[in-house]
Amino acid sequence: MNKPTSAASAPAILNRDIKTIVNAGLKRRHAAETRFRWYGLIAVSLGLLFVVLMFGNIISKGYPAFWQTYIQLPIKFDPAVIDPQGSRDPKTLESADYAALVRAGMRQMFPKVEGRLELRALYGLVSSNAALELQSRVLQNPALIGAEQEIWLLASADVDTLVKGNIDRSLDETERPIKDNQVGWVDKLKAAGKIEKQFNTILFSSGDSREPEMAGIRGALMGSFYTLLVTFLLSFPIGVATAVYLEEFAPKNRWTDIIEVNINNLAAVPSIVFGLLGLAVFINFFGLPRSAPLVGGLVLSLMTLPVIIIAGRAALTSVPPSIREAALGMGASKLQMVGHHVLPLAMPGMLTGSIIGMARALGESAPLLMIGMVAFIVDVPKGLMDPATVLPVQVYLWSDLPERAFVERTSAAIMVLLAFMILMNGLAILLRKRFERRW
Amino acid sequence: MSTTTLETQTALNGALNIGAETRSSQPGILVTDYNNRQTVGKITVDHPKMICREVNVYYGAKQALKNVGLDIGINEVVAFIGPSGCGKSTFLRCLNRMNDTITGCRVTGQIKLDSDDIYDKSIDVVQLRARIGMVFQKPNPFPKSIYENVAYGPRIHGMVNTKAELDDLVRASLERAGLLKEVATRMEEPGTSLSGGQQQRLCIARAIAVNPEVILMDEPCSALDPIATAKIEELIDELRESYTIVIVTHSMQQAARVSQRTAYFHLGDLIEVGETDQVFTNPKHKLTEDYITGRFG
Repeated sequence: MNKPTSAASAPAILNRDIKTIVNAGLKRRHAAETRFRWYGLIAVSLGLLFVVLMFGNIISKGYPAFWQTYIQLPIKFDPAVIDPQGSRDPKTLESADYAALVRAGMRQMFPKVEGRLELRALYGLVSSNAALELQSRVLQNPALIGAEQEIWLLASADVDTLVKGNIDRSLDETERPIKDNQVGWVDKLKAAGKIEKQFNTILFSSGDSREPEMAGIRGALMGSFYTLLVTFLLSFPIGVATAVYLEEFAPKNRWTDIIEVNINNLAAVPSIVFGLLGLAVFINFFGLPRSAPLVGGLVLSLMTLPVIIIAGRAALTSVPPSIREAALGMGASKLQMVGHHVLPLAMPGMLTGSIIGMARALGESAPLLMIGMVAFIVDVPKGLMDPATVLPVQVYLWSDLPERAFVERTSAAIMVLLAFMILMNGLAILLRKRFERRW
Repeated sequence: MSTTTLETQTALNGALNIGAETRSSQPGILVTDYNNRQTVGKITVDHPKMICREVNVYYGAKQALKNVGLDIGINEVVAFIGPSGCGKSTFLRCLNRMNDTITGCRVTGQIKLDSDDIYDKSIDVVQLRARIGMVFQKPNPFPKSIYENVAYGPRIHGMVNTKAELDDLVRASLERAGLLKEVATRMEEPGTSLSGGQQQRLCIARAIAVNPEVILMDEPCSALDPIATAKIEELIDELRESYTIVIVTHSMQQAARVSQRTAYFHLGDLIEVGETDQVFTNPKHKLTEDYITGRFG
């Protein structure tokens, strides 16, 4: 029915100049392209803006945590206090009342302070870590006993906060963690040059603590390290082997299809479910210890495996078939073909996938809460079976605490976590570059 | 027809050729019936290296090769020609069981290398492919050094014991492939850094390094320029003295230049086999004639 009309109109279209037709639409096409470019630019700038905001916020909050306030006190290593018998027995030296030495030093600095309450406020300026510091010095060098030295001792967290300018002096005394008389002493010490900010080595050398000035991330860092070590050692070889088997050796049938679908589904399972699984299987059934990096690593391996397998299979399929044919044509067995040619070529892709999986594992906290890695652990773990916590959980724990010093440390811990991650990614890029070959 | 034996097949051909049109220029019998897909010509040779009978290949339900029978003689170059999708590459890949790697591919019939049935369970493909080397359409050197490319075969098969032996073997193979002069000073450079023609000669060197009995070449020159092609063709001619060569090619000139016998495939059937000169100057099947004269392809 419409055949005649189309036949009649077709020539009319053809009669029109193609140049004018194209020109008429050209402006619209260019406008669409320009619009799209702007959308892209806006999206990228927004993304960058938020990255800058995030980093700016974290770094501005966290960098003060890398410095810590110290007070210089004249300390007299009084033999009467440390070792009254003069036996130099390490046990006696260890159990001596070093806090008394610190208190004596404080009194020497401020001889006019009197009264029990006043003195207690004065002693509160120095951290309880100061006594431990003196103890370790004496244990290392018993010859110190009897000497008198000016020693930099860790200030309490409140003094630190005041020195960093994070306490509003105009507030009423009752609303401040640090009282007027203490502020006065700190100012005097400052004027005398007896207060100084030093690099915060404690942050990197000690475990968690209830005292913010003594809290460090070493425990969480080592916990993360051991956990990821287990995760990597388990999930990388198993993941790569699984990917190779499924891609190169397994027959393509219903069973392998089902396995593939399940692996894909596992990659999408919420991580806390893996935590529950770990709790039920590794801890309750196999009786492994709670809070141990071994169990954490096992749980994170379960979570990371599907990611590595999927990435590994994608990397294997991207190896050109001509290389396989060349190897098989030379009479290489299937395993030789895979081992000598396919796997080296797929390795960069596999490493990328593994690092994505490992980075996710590093940032994971939910499944680890389920297996007890959320406990308050002061000791730095020395092995896979020691109770430990990990960096993200440490961040979570500290973020719950009200002290200003912990707010700083939360941000500092995040910075360390990010640095850890950048280090890992850098290593991955390095490895990938080394494996990468052109064909 | 699947049970047609060689004798009945040739007898049938003779019977069908009775009364066929005679070409004016040269005497001969031409099969004019396009639907007659029986192989024309003599499929046997006096000194066969490989004997193939009733070979059928299926990709899933689709039959790619129908009842092909062909001998490949010692130290001869056999060319497979035919339009795309005619099954010539499929047949070539049957000869060293490269089709094993394709899922859903099924091969029936008999293919013998000397006296061994290569599809027999007792034959290991690793051993078979060491005896029957292959050169592919696209040059596919390993992403390793030139030296490693050639050394790979001898190494995996454990052919050499010392580094010196391996060095000698690598140099000899490159020499035979006519590549040594060009790469002597750059053995440690990646094989992929060579030009296309050099890469293909490297692949040939790699194949002859394990001293195979047969070399299969699947359109070895289709990705190369005429100069590189000429070099490869020269090389094929030299290699014929030591090896049996089967070459698939789209270039009829190439088939005419390098081969002693030519087999023409069409839609899974082996249409005609014969001395190369005869096939090109005096084809005995209308399909062959149409193809070589360019009437279709």
